[in-house]
Amino acid sequence: MKYVDEFRDPILARHLIAHIEKLVPLAGGTEEKPVAIMEICGGHTHAIFRYGLDRLLPAGLEFLHGPGCPVCVLPMSRVDDCIEIAERQGVIFTTFGDAMRVPGTRKSLMQAKADGADIRMVYSPLDALALARKFPDRQVVFFGLGFETTMPATALTVLTAARDGVSNFFLFCNHILVPPPLRALLQDPQMRIDGFIGPGHVSMITGAKPYRFIAGEFGKPLVIAGFEPLDLLQSISMVLEQLAEGRAEIENQYARLVPEDGNPQAMAAIDTVFEPRDSFDWRGLGEIDHSGVKIRPAYAAYDAEQKFGVGYGAGKAAGREPEGCRCGDVIKGLAKPTACPKFGTECLPEQPLGALMVSSEGACAAYYQYGGARREAAE
Amino acid sequence: MCLGIPGRVIAITDPERLMGLVDVSGVRREVNLTCVVTGRPDEVVGCWVLVHVGFAMGIIDAEEARLTLAALAQLGEAEEEIAAMRHSARMLETAS
Repeated sequence: MKYVDEFRDPILARHLIAHIEKLVPLAGGTEEKPVAIMEICGGHTHAIFRYGLDRLLPAGLEFLHGPGCPVCVLPMSRVDDCIEIAERQGVIFTTFGDAMRVPGTRKSLMQAKADGADIRMVYSPLDALALARKFPDRQVVFFGLGFETTMPATALTVLTAARDGVSNFFLFCNHILVPPPLRALLQDPQMRIDGFIGPGHVSMITGAKPYRFIAGEFGKPLVIAGFEPLDLLQSISMVLEQLAEGRAEIENQYARLVPEDGNPQAMAAIDTVFEPRDSFDWRGLGEIDHSGVKIRPAYAAYDAEQKFGVGYGAGKAAGREPEGCRCGDVIKGLAKPTACPKFGTECLPEQPLGALMVSSEGACAAYYQYGGARREAAE
Repeated sequence: MCLGIPGRVIAITDPERLMGLVDVSGVRREVNLTCVVTGRPDEVVGCWVLVHVGFAMGIIDAEEARLTLAALAQLGEAEEEIAAMRHSARMLETAS
């Protein structure tokens, strides 16, 4: 229990852990057939490993690490598209730092930069827009990725560019939505998910409504959670309570931050600039209906897909993953990272082969960093 | 990467574009306040906001800001965000 002492309130943490221990058998969890709870958000995955929650909690409870790390579900073909744009004459390609090391079929953005492409890491899409103002003769492209949390930021940046008449700024839109892959996972006959820990900061934008189908159509509980360890423990006990009582509801443990209806200004910006795609490709999960967005025709002048004729703008490119990489099975919770033959050998945080090793929010990197690998080897 | 980091709004710099100066753990940068302004822009001066990639996504109270900063620091995410802000500011200044 050494980790508990690091918690903000160790007494409350111990109390919650004891409560969870009591609830697990009531929710039907046994060592042989554990209750499976999927945390959706990569930030939660990171926090669970950082605080060793997987070790502190009883064996009758299993965490499945969901698809909520945008860098981890990015298909190689999208990285290839980025590089194709970045290598064009006159282009300044800007991206969040997280995406730099994601492997493409040929190379990563970091390697493309080393090879001479003008690729710059920015903290915000606003900084990409500032570059466009500074270099009116260059075409400045921003690599827009991320879930609903990040979409208002890129949408508002496009609106600012339009308002100020900045015509050399382009968004390469690869935004994805949280609910569609959850539906896909719930429809997958191989999957066994008993309940969900819902994302905190995504829900701050969208509110709780988009998750209703999980309870309504699939009869599974979901609890929106903060990412403090005590938030997570409390949310886990709320999911278990629902399971023990035979309820399936969408509950909000993070109500101090997540309004029931989300953020109306943010949702309005998203709706003004983006519209759903018919489908979008997810690394490890494949094409999922209506799981991504594209730029609406009214803002086509800022759409890098149309400007450069790449990606979904040029028809669908089939995804291809590195041989032997099991990121797909890990994302679905069908395999632990250690079951992958590349894990810790050819695939390492400093030289990732699969996307789940790239970001600290990916299950493989978290396993590697916090000793999940060593623990399993010892068992 | 879907996490926001708490910061405090210091001043409104461009009321038309709803831009303001926000202090995030000692680093100051311009942040877009569209998602948190419902009335007059200067009403949010002094407020704690959750900042994600240069945009304020929600207003929080001081206690929540403290808890969130502590949690982010333990995850190493606070440091990463602030480093990214600094890097970006430097890049813009020296860009050629």
